[in-house]
Amino acid sequence: MAKQKEKLTVSAIKNGTVIDHIPAENLFKALSILHIDIMNTTITIGNNLESSRLGKKGIIKIADKQPSTEDMNKIALVAPTARINIIQDYEVVDKYNVKIPEQIRGIFKCMNPKCITNVEKMTTKFDVIEKDGKLQLKCKYCEKDTDQEHFETI
Amino acid sequence: MKNKSLISITDFTPEEYYKILDLAEEFEKNPKQNLLNDYVIASLFFEPSTRTRLSFDSAINRLGGRIVGFSEATNSSVAKGESFADTIKTVTQYSDLIIMRHPLEGSARYASEVADVPVINAGDGANQHPTQCLLDLYSIRKTQGTLENLNIFLVGDLKHGRTVHSLLMALSNFNPVFNFISPETLKMPDEYKDFLNHKGIKFYEHTEFTDIISKADIMYVTRVQKERFSDPMEYERVKNVYVLTNDMLDGTKENLKILHPLPRVNEIDTSVDENPRAYYFPQALNGVYTRMAILSLILGIKS
Repeated sequence: MAKQKEKLTVSAIKNGTVIDHIPAENLFKALSILHIDIMNTTITIGNNLESSRLGKKGIIKIADKQPSTEDMNKIALVAPTARINIIQDYEVVDKYNVKIPEQIRGIFKCMNPKCITNVEKMTTKFDVIEKDGKLQLKCKYCEKDTDQEHFETI
Repeated sequence: MKNKSLISITDFTPEEYYKILDLAEEFEKNPKQNLLNDYVIASLFFEPSTRTRLSFDSAINRLGGRIVGFSEATNSSVAKGESFADTIKTVTQYSDLIIMRHPLEGSARYASEVADVPVINAGDGANQHPTQCLLDLYSIRKTQGTLENLNIFLVGDLKHGRTVHSLLMALSNFNPVFNFISPETLKMPDEYKDFLNHKGIKFYEHTEFTDIISKADIMYVTRVQKERFSDPMEYERVKNVYVLTNDMLDGTKENLKILHPLPRVNEIDTSVDENPRAYYFPQALNGVYTRMAILSLILGIKS
């Protein structure tokens, strides 16, 4: 029943990419990471949809485009549960779960106010590390860790 | 090591530490070598530092090299609004190597990315100060004959002290036992304790000096700084607990050496200075030999 309602809420696309199972609270972060705001194709977004796994989830449908797996993996830091569906002629022809990358350039801010990356115009670089089941970004420059609660996109 | 920047102590391997220490030993025996005759070294101190700057200046001068640079940023182009990257790229054109100190953390790593010449980090905020660490290793090896299996006491502000953190990382390669003595509020951060646990290195924490110091081979003392305390009462309570006096050294090992990165304020009483275990002034001299070694290796004059 919920599934049926979702289909009605966010209409199907003929060709393109569907990003499903995004935690609702991070949908807008995911949009910003993927630069969906500057894509010129048809974009359909749904949020706070019911999900048995997440409670509330977000979904993004991008018509006629297939962002690379590498680009998709960038959202894994805010949406580790996200699943990517590649759509051709209304059929799912491929699907995969996003994978947390080992390193990440740009996108996130270092939480250390004394870090050079927060003063100079430059690209941030982090190693992604997992500690006690949580993600941390280790800044390549100041060597400080930014914990998951403090992930902030640029 | 030729053309390799020195930004963080972990950039170099234990083998490379030994290479630097061996060469520093050579310079100590024979310090007058005009190896840097044809070289210009840029010394960029975006924030003032008397000891580190003079130590580098002394090392370069002893090797016959020349220095360009500034000792504070107020008169430089930085004050005119030039970006940090532009300053570094410009200085790259004038020099064969850049030594820099900067208040922002990560600035030295970034400089090494934009510069065409190698960069030596002389301190980036509270982050890293690798040449201090190498001169500490030199002092330890020189006085103990080895870096292996030593009982190392770190005393004072273990929370903020970048020198104690770098030293801990570097010595972790040589099977030490650590003893930490600090006020509760300035304890060694968990990330370093996790690191030691992960490597299987033993450490013990204490909040005051006891006869445990009779086990020490090296006692590395740092300043407990008033400005680090949010509660001034807490500072008043602890400030005299961490003062090392000469009578406390009765019954300590003959080979014990007391190290301090300087400046000292009152954490080591001047009565200790005459004790043969006091080593902080010779330690400063070792800094010159160690920096001579680092400069010659990175410039590829020695290999």
